[in-house]
Amino acid sequence: MAIAYFLVELREGLAISLKALRANKMRSILTTLGIIIGIVSVTLMATAIAGLDQAFEKSISTLGADVLYVDKYPWFSHDDWWTFRNRKDITLAQEKVLEQQSTLAQAVSAGIGWVATVKHREKSTENVFVNGVTADYMATSGTTILQGRNMTEAEIDGSRPVCVIGFDVSANLFPGEDPIGKSVKIAGHTYRVVGVFDKEGSFLGLFSLDNRVVIPLGEFTRSFGVKRSLQISVKAPSVQELDDTKEEIRGILRKARKVSPGAPDDFAINQQEMLTNTFNGIGVVVAAIGIFITGLSLFVGGIGIMNIMFVSVTERTKEIGIRKAIGARRRTILLQFLLEAVALCLLGGIIGLIIAFPLTFLVDQILPTSMPFAVVGIALLVSILVGVVSGLLPAYRAAKLDPVEALRYE
Amino acid sequence: MADTQKNGIPVIHLSNINRVYEMGAEQVHALEGISLQVARNEYVAVMGPSGSGKSTLMNIVGCLDTPTSGLYELNGINVSEMNDNELARVRNKEIGFVFQTFNLLPRSDALHNVELPLVYGGVPRDVRRKLAREALEHVGLGDRMHHKPNELSGGQRQRVAIARALVNKPSLMLADEPTGNLDTKTGDEIMGLIQELHKLGNTIIMVTHEEYIADHAHRIVRLRDGKIETDEKTQNGKAHSH
Repeated sequence: MAIAYFLVELREGLAISLKALRANKMRSILTTLGIIIGIVSVTLMATAIAGLDQAFEKSISTLGADVLYVDKYPWFSHDDWWTFRNRKDITLAQEKVLEQQSTLAQAVSAGIGWVATVKHREKSTENVFVNGVTADYMATSGTTILQGRNMTEAEIDGSRPVCVIGFDVSANLFPGEDPIGKSVKIAGHTYRVVGVFDKEGSFLGLFSLDNRVVIPLGEFTRSFGVKRSLQISVKAPSVQELDDTKEEIRGILRKARKVSPGAPDDFAINQQEMLTNTFNGIGVVVAAIGIFITGLSLFVGGIGIMNIMFVSVTERTKEIGIRKAIGARRRTILLQFLLEAVALCLLGGIIGLIIAFPLTFLVDQILPTSMPFAVVGIALLVSILVGVVSGLLPAYRAAKLDPVEALRYE
Repeated sequence: MADTQKNGIPVIHLSNINRVYEMGAEQVHALEGISLQVARNEYVAVMGPSGSGKSTLMNIVGCLDTPTSGLYELNGINVSEMNDNELARVRNKEIGFVFQTFNLLPRSDALHNVELPLVYGGVPRDVRRKLAREALEHVGLGDRMHHKPNELSGGQRQRVAIARALVNKPSLMLADEPTGNLDTKTGDEIMGLIQELHKLGNTIIMVTHEEYIADHAHRIVRLRDGKIETDEKTQNGKAHSH
């Protein structure tokens, strides 16, 4: 009974508030502008953050969660770059030591990269990432073959002039042709294509992972003629055993690199987690700024709603008096004006969503994503909340009006 | 017809009612020691010059205001110490207001205006519609249900207001200068309608300052300076149709 009564009241309140909004169309739209802007920014912000997350998730998965990367430099550091620069290079010999001595490592490979132009007859493609690798690289990198085959261990160990090319390189150099068995020219040397990698997309939208060529490490040093520090990839048995594996290879490397006891490591063991942590840190900052900006615009919007609701209450003092004389309770009047404020904000929220929807396609151009469905719910919920908060004070004033004085008001 | 104690309990029982307003440091005694009884199906006119306290009395009788001191029983129930929500409920169930300026909701049509007391009484929609229709037909506006107040003449508006006042079958209809904003002819029609409603058993209290309007009633209570000056029966409504 009480619920039925409340529903009757709710329905009446809703009808009244919609009538009031319709009677003041221009004013309602103008008032709700602040909410519209707030909701547009909430939506775009949420879409952008979701896009950033998605892009990162996708990119980070190219780095195995169970793989350790031994480098001369740590990926993230506050220390001076020069202190790392004077370190001894990571060498192939050290990779061999790890391979032999580590009991936990499932696979160990070494690699090195350089950017070069790759040619096939008159066609050429620039800025290709050329990667020299050792035999186990498929196990540590997690890449898969789309077409053809991987390089064999014999080819890699024997430094045969073969290569596996990325999806983009294949598309650029061999449009509409089968690249397998064809030859490409890298830094003056000729390589036979044995396979094509699956499409992997781009890393954080920064560079394409498909614009690359993988060749045997021996071939790489011959072609580019430079001896630089390698990166050693070590695959742990599982993510749980990552830390144990890390400790083990640290010990082996310290010995191999003759680091005296007590001295700090002269190498860095990097892992995916470092990127994740850094990214999460950035994510928190982006979200905080986003919340602040949207919060500010919604706050301003809410003040606008509150202001117009006070005007509305004053304008309709007589109406409130009539309703009270006829038997409307305080609660009824409170509900009526709260509903009006909520309806006003919801209107703004819906218009905001309608405006924001095409704008998310613009965001999509930068960060491939779409408007998350939850954002619609969040935006509407936020609109209702702003309506309740900003409508409360005016509605309370209306509910409290003395019926005798309200009836006398002209 | 107007026997004072029909069911034993009068509709209105006021005993030594005082109403004091604080005007800054000054106290204004709007009502002083008012005692009054109105029986079921009585038709009472309240008269008095402005400032005599008749509006204050109406507000208290209509449960829009509460007395500073004194006892007010409506149908034997003490309402003088009720809180806002209880008073709202009493107004909704027991009292029907008719105002000089009609006081209809401008944006709602006649039907919805009449429905409103039932909305606040929590009556389901279909029952509400039916009762409101009947009430409008009863005041002769069966063909004007979906007109907004500004599409109706003054007399028609007052008929809508009367339909609204009676749709809940209240114990008491309070009419505050019901013909004050109407021309004489329309005013007479409204008075005729009120008379008819009285004959149907409604209890009516009407504020007016026109003698010929007051003469429709069966009893005239005259106020002066917040006190009852006289309280007399008229030559009875039927003899004074003007």
